[in-house]
Amino acid sequence: MDSGLLWHFLFGRFVWGDLPVVKAWQDPTVSNVIAGGAGVIAVLGALSAAALITYLRAWRYLWTEWFTSLDHKKIGIMYICLAIVMMARGVIEAMLMRLQQDLAVNAPGILSPDHFAQFFSTHGTIMIFFVAMPLISGLINFAMPLQIGARDVAFPFLNSVGLWLSIGGAGLVMVSLVIGEFSTGGWSGYPPYTELAFNGGEGPDYWIWALTMSSLSAMLTGINFAVTIYKLRCPGMQWMRLPLFTWTSLCTAILMIFAMPPLTVATLLLAADRYLGMHFFTNDAGGNMMNYVNLFWLFGHPEVYILILPSFGIFSEVVSTFSSKQLYGYTSLVVATMVIAILSFTVWLHHFFTMGQSAAINSFFGIATMLIGIPTGVKIYNWAWTMFRGRVRYTAPMLFTISFMITFVIGGVSGIILATPSLDYMVHNTLFLVAHFHNMLIPGTLYGLMAGCQYWFPKAFGFRLAEKWGRIAVFFWVVGFYCAFMPLYVLGAAGAPRRTVEFTDPTFRPWLFIALCGALLIFAGFASLAMQVWSSYRQRASLTCPVGDPWDGRGLEWSIPAPAPEYNFATIPQVARRDAFYWRKLNDGAYKPADHYRDIEMPKNSACGVLFGLGLAIAFFGLVWHIWWMVAVFGLIAVIAGLARSFMRDLHEIIPAAKIEEEHRDWLAIAGAATAVPRVLEESPINEGLAICPE
Amino acid sequence: MGTQLRHHLLASTTKRDLASVAPLLLLSGCGTLSSGFLLHPAGPVAHAERHVAVLVGLVLIFVWLPVFLLVPLFAWHYRSANTKAAYRPQWGFSWILEVLIWLPPTGIVVLLAAFLIHYTIVLDPYRPLAPNDPPLEIQVVALDWKWLFLYPAQHIATVNELVVPAGQPVHFDLTSGTVMQSLLMPRLAGQIYAMDGMRTQLNFQIAHAGSYYGENTQYNGDGFASDKFVIQALSPEAFAKWISQAQASPAVLDDRGYQELSKQSVLKAPQEFGHFKSDLFSRILAQRITPGYLAQHHESGNHG
Repeated sequence: MDSGLLWHFLFGRFVWGDLPVVKAWQDPTVSNVIAGGAGVIAVLGALSAAALITYLRAWRYLWTEWFTSLDHKKIGIMYICLAIVMMARGVIEAMLMRLQQDLAVNAPGILSPDHFAQFFSTHGTIMIFFVAMPLISGLINFAMPLQIGARDVAFPFLNSVGLWLSIGGAGLVMVSLVIGEFSTGGWSGYPPYTELAFNGGEGPDYWIWALTMSSLSAMLTGINFAVTIYKLRCPGMQWMRLPLFTWTSLCTAILMIFAMPPLTVATLLLAADRYLGMHFFTNDAGGNMMNYVNLFWLFGHPEVYILILPSFGIFSEVVSTFSSKQLYGYTSLVVATMVIAILSFTVWLHHFFTMGQSAAINSFFGIATMLIGIPTGVKIYNWAWTMFRGRVRYTAPMLFTISFMITFVIGGVSGIILATPSLDYMVHNTLFLVAHFHNMLIPGTLYGLMAGCQYWFPKAFGFRLAEKWGRIAVFFWVVGFYCAFMPLYVLGAAGAPRRTVEFTDPTFRPWLFIALCGALLIFAGFASLAMQVWSSYRQRASLTCPVGDPWDGRGLEWSIPAPAPEYNFATIPQVARRDAFYWRKLNDGAYKPADHYRDIEMPKNSACGVLFGLGLAIAFFGLVWHIWWMVAVFGLIAVIAGLARSFMRDLHEIIPAAKIEEEHRDWLAIAGAATAVPRVLEESPINEGLAICPE
Repeated sequence: MGTQLRHHLLASTTKRDLASVAPLLLLSGCGTLSSGFLLHPAGPVAHAERHVAVLVGLVLIFVWLPVFLLVPLFAWHYRSANTKAAYRPQWGFSWILEVLIWLPPTGIVVLLAAFLIHYTIVLDPYRPLAPNDPPLEIQVVALDWKWLFLYPAQHIATVNELVVPAGQPVHFDLTSGTVMQSLLMPRLAGQIYAMDGMRTQLNFQIAHAGSYYGENTQYNGDGFASDKFVIQALSPEAFAKWISQAQASPAVLDDRGYQELSKQSVLKAPQEFGHFKSDLFSRILAQRITPGYLAQHHESGNHG
């Protein structure tokens, strides 16, 4: 075998020139140096993380306590860690894109067109699939079972599979930074541009397989959440007693089940075009890209509500808790959530009013889109009236919520403009659209998820986050958002297209500069959140709240210790009404020992999920580079890992009743010794998580 | 894509042409928005779009204003430090409020929906602007990274330069000789996709003689930022003169010429062809001509 064939067998179509570092060495333009530098930083980051873990001798701990864990809380936390890592990259990319556009008014700027296209493609792909989705899966995983009085999700192993599929997909996107290039086709990857005829390189393949993994993960996770809420509610937890976050989780789960498969199908059909010479979406041989566009948005629009509904749930919890008041219009909110979930499947065409269909069709989908505005508007008023005659505390989650309510309405207004087909003709595909969806997704999704992380943080780690850096973060996120995206509305209305590496109109310059400042402020917001976690960790002794109810909470999740024990509830709670824990506190029923403790059966750790997810990711990496032995070997490992699990019998471990009783009584003793704090002292060190209720 | 192409991009004079238009717009005194339909609509379609924008904008005041007032008011008045404010922790429902919360948004949406249906029909890009006034027919082919305009009645073709008579309706038939693209003329009309093997349509009219521009807004590769064209609206006399001048051009757009043109490239300057075969558009539409990008990839042997 000659060396060329051997190389091709071993490494597929990879050549040294595919490494951004080598490219930067050969042709040191600024753009190439940035690409090479990013690759080096990614490798150094991974290596130093590995070195740190080795130095701390933490590999075994991480493997047994985290990676192989089937505990829904740990899986949730790992999802969120994944999202934070990916968000760092997404935010940095956003800054560089803003910098490029600011510099590139009748000038080339610093990024080449191809490199810039990779930026907007990875930014969108990462932010949607590897930041927002993991945050959502993470928070629902962590909080929802606690809210419904369950010990775990319905399918703990499937949960682990979902997590590692997501990690594998994110890994593919990260590897594309070091080896080869990512797609330039945007997060939506429209063919025929992403077909072989126009993009024969590895970029679209990275994108296809990363999305395939993410969409499979989300669908499996959705099934898991839905079954958990259907089957594992504790006694008395009737539908209309569910906390709002659980309701929105259920709707999100249903959307995931029905919306993700079209995406999986779309990416796989595109893969069939690229790998098997088929013609689903090609220009020639009868292919039709309109089918892709419909499939993609059949996923894409419900996806918007997958992203936003969990945040709506979080806002509902936060506004009620931090107003010390019952949620206004619970039934309205539940109905509105369900209506949004159903309507979300009837509006996908508004993503392409400009594709030449008749006025009647455009009108139908335009009106369907506007209809969603009704339940959404209702929700905003529900939250506003929840504050009415409450006692509003300006904690960071509450400040996020208030900022959201106002900012989100602006996005709703621009959404109505885009939903009007005749206006959409003028602003579709422009920066106006970019401003609109960031206006929905940053306040609507991210503010909510960040608020949720801060709200439930003590339940996960046993100490509160210091509010100071949280409030600073809110400030930067809010001011940064307005600076970054309001100018884009103006530019878009002036006809500035999205995804352009260069502008020609010099009057755009001031707007682009403000937008750049906004991106920098948002980065400061992101850094402030990191600072908040770090400084809170440093002073965790004064922030500890072992009793577990630092905010005078209302749901079952606050009735257990912080951090929550592995089995969540020493005894499965009984629920007689909505806001179960609030009423228990009010009626002096909280912090009581159980009459009888039982053995608890919990799922054992499993490495099969890790092997399945990572094996599949490596096999997909082989597909990207046409390294067929890698596809075969690691695909087989993934399949065997999946099959092996179904032959395993010893899947559970028993936690004896005596141990549970001991732990529970220890915790009750702590609660008995703790000082009950009024809300004015909520942020002081004496808040050990025991609330005076009612004040 | 090759680095050569990138050099072409930087050297693009099309962009310089546009850049010279921009300061003029600035001088006209309205800043950024004057390049869009909101401040400077330049034809009946854009005027109507602006009218819709103003109408919808006025209705939308009723969407954002109550939230802008209520949320800060409640958040401030019911702050925990204000112990004088009423506190009803177990209050969470009122029928009156429910009606107030559900009905007004519903009413607004009903109103907006009525506007929407009316204007979506009126501003349907396929709808002829004036049934009695025959439009100028132009066939548009989206290419990488340029726009080809065919004037079937006049037998002339232009690239990256659209010349039309002011005051007369124009009807586009669009297709793409490459990936999907989206045509937007920010002060005139927009947007409609151009797709390979498919025909879409757009009707518009320019009110007054002058210079405008159009662009592709759907990302299509390295030359995307330069994928724009100049629009000249001329008086009917000047347009007739321009037609005869263009017809005198010896350049002919035949199949080979189209294949060459449809390769990925950024043009330094607009082009004019004095003649083309009248069935060129229909044969492009029927995919009877091998597109240039395929030949290009065979020649260079690369796939990127």
